[in-house]
Amino acid sequence: MKITRKDFLRLSGLSFLAGGAMEAARAIAGRSSAATESQSTPVAQSVRWGMVVDLRRCQKEKGCTACTDACDAAHNVPRLADPQHQVNWIWTQPYETVFPFIQNGYAEQSDAGIPVPLLCNHCASPPCVHVCPTQATWKRADGIVMMDWHRCIGCRYCMAACPYGSRSFNWVDPRPAIAHINPDFPTRSKGVVEKCNFCEERLANGLKPSCVDACPQKALVFGNLADPNSEPRQLLRQRFAVQREPELGTGPSVYYLV
Amino acid sequence: MRDRLWIAAGLVLFVAAITAPFWYRPTPARDLAKLPELALPAKQKQCVAPVSYMRASHMVLLTDWRQQVVRESERKYVAFNGSVYQKSLTATCLGCHNKEQFCDRCHTYAGVSGPYCWNCHNASASRAVAASADTTEPRPEGAHLAENLPAHILAELASRTNQSLPGSRP
Repeated sequence: MKITRKDFLRLSGLSFLAGGAMEAARAIAGRSSAATESQSTPVAQSVRWGMVVDLRRCQKEKGCTACTDACDAAHNVPRLADPQHQVNWIWTQPYETVFPFIQNGYAEQSDAGIPVPLLCNHCASPPCVHVCPTQATWKRADGIVMMDWHRCIGCRYCMAACPYGSRSFNWVDPRPAIAHINPDFPTRSKGVVEKCNFCEERLANGLKPSCVDACPQKALVFGNLADPNSEPRQLLRQRFAVQREPELGTGPSVYYLV
Repeated sequence: MRDRLWIAAGLVLFVAAITAPFWYRPTPARDLAKLPELALPAKQKQCVAPVSYMRASHMVLLTDWRQQVVRESERKYVAFNGSVYQKSLTATCLGCHNKEQFCDRCHTYAGVSGPYCWNCHNASASRAVAASADTTEPRPEGAHLAENLPAHILAELASRTNQSLPGSRP
C-alpha cells in the first residue's frame, strides 16, 4: 500500500487529536468522581478538643499564675532565669501583643496591658506538623497536636513554622531548673522542642487539663468542639470570641472571649 | 622419608591447635566473670512476660510500649497470662524493679552503656517504692541466669553455691 505524504500527515494529526481527547475525557471523569466521593464521605470527626478562655473572668484575679504554676508542676516545665532559654507551655502576654488586629484607635485601651493566657492552639492545620522532618510532631484524630520527644532531633523547624510562638527549645539541660520533679511525667533533655500537649495524659484518664482545674475563676473552659452541646460550644454561641491570627488559616482550637 | 616422624608430629600439633576451642571448653571457675547480683522484686513473682523473653527482648517490649503509648494512645498491656498492666517504664517496671540494683547492674556487666531512658524518665521517684518492696536478698550467684547456661557450667555453679538451682525461675 502506498501512502502519500499528505495522507501520512493527516493520519498522524488525527491520531494525536484522538489521543488528546481520550486523556481529557479521562481527566474530567476522574475529577468528577473524586468530587462526588469527597462529598459523599465527609470527614466525620467526633472529638476535637478545644478551649475557650474567658478574659473577663481571667482578669478578675489580678496577678494570678495558677494555670501556669499547675501546668509547670504537672509537666516538669523548667523555670530558667535567662529569658532566651525560657520554656513555655502556658504563659501570659499583654493583650495588645496577642491581638494586634483589635487595636483600632482608642478601642483597645480598656484591655491594654492585661495578661492573656497563651498556649498551643492545637491547630486544625498545624504548620509545625507540616514542616517536621521526623514526624516527631503530628496531629491526632482528636485534634491534639502531639509531640514524640523520643523522635525530636531539635532542628526547630516547627518553632519557625508556628505563628504563635507556642514551642520552646531546650537550650540547656532543664532538670536543674525544675523545683520538684513530678515522677509521673518525663522531663525533657537538652536539644528537644516542647510545648503544651493539652494534658493528653490526663485526658486519657478522663481528667481535664491541669490549667483548667487550677483556674480559681473557671476562666478556662475545655471541651469537645465537635459536639454542639459541649461547654465551649455553648459559650461560643453566647459571646463574641476571637482566635489568634485566624487569617493564617491554621484553624486554632483555642478561642478567647474578649 | 626420614622426616615422616616430624611431619606426623607437626600434623598432630596442627590438628590439636585448630580444634582447641572445641575441647578446651570454658569452665566457670576459670573463665566466667563474676555474674552480677540482681535484686529481684520480693512482692511480685511474675514479670509482664516470661523471664526468657524479658531477658532477651526487654528492649523490644519497651520500644513497643513507647510507640503505642505516645503515638497510638494505647496504654493497657495484656500480658501472656491475661494480666493487664499499664504500659509505663516508671510506673510498671520501676514499680517492682530497682534501677540501680537491677537495670544498671546487668547493663554494666554486659557493657551496654546505651539506653538514654533516664535522661528524661524519672527513676528517683519510683525508687522508694521499689526499694521498700525489695528485700534485696542476694540471689545465689548466677541463679538468675540459670536457664541460659550450658549444663556443665550449671553443675559447676551449683557445686560452688551448694544450692540446687531452679530449673525455671519464678
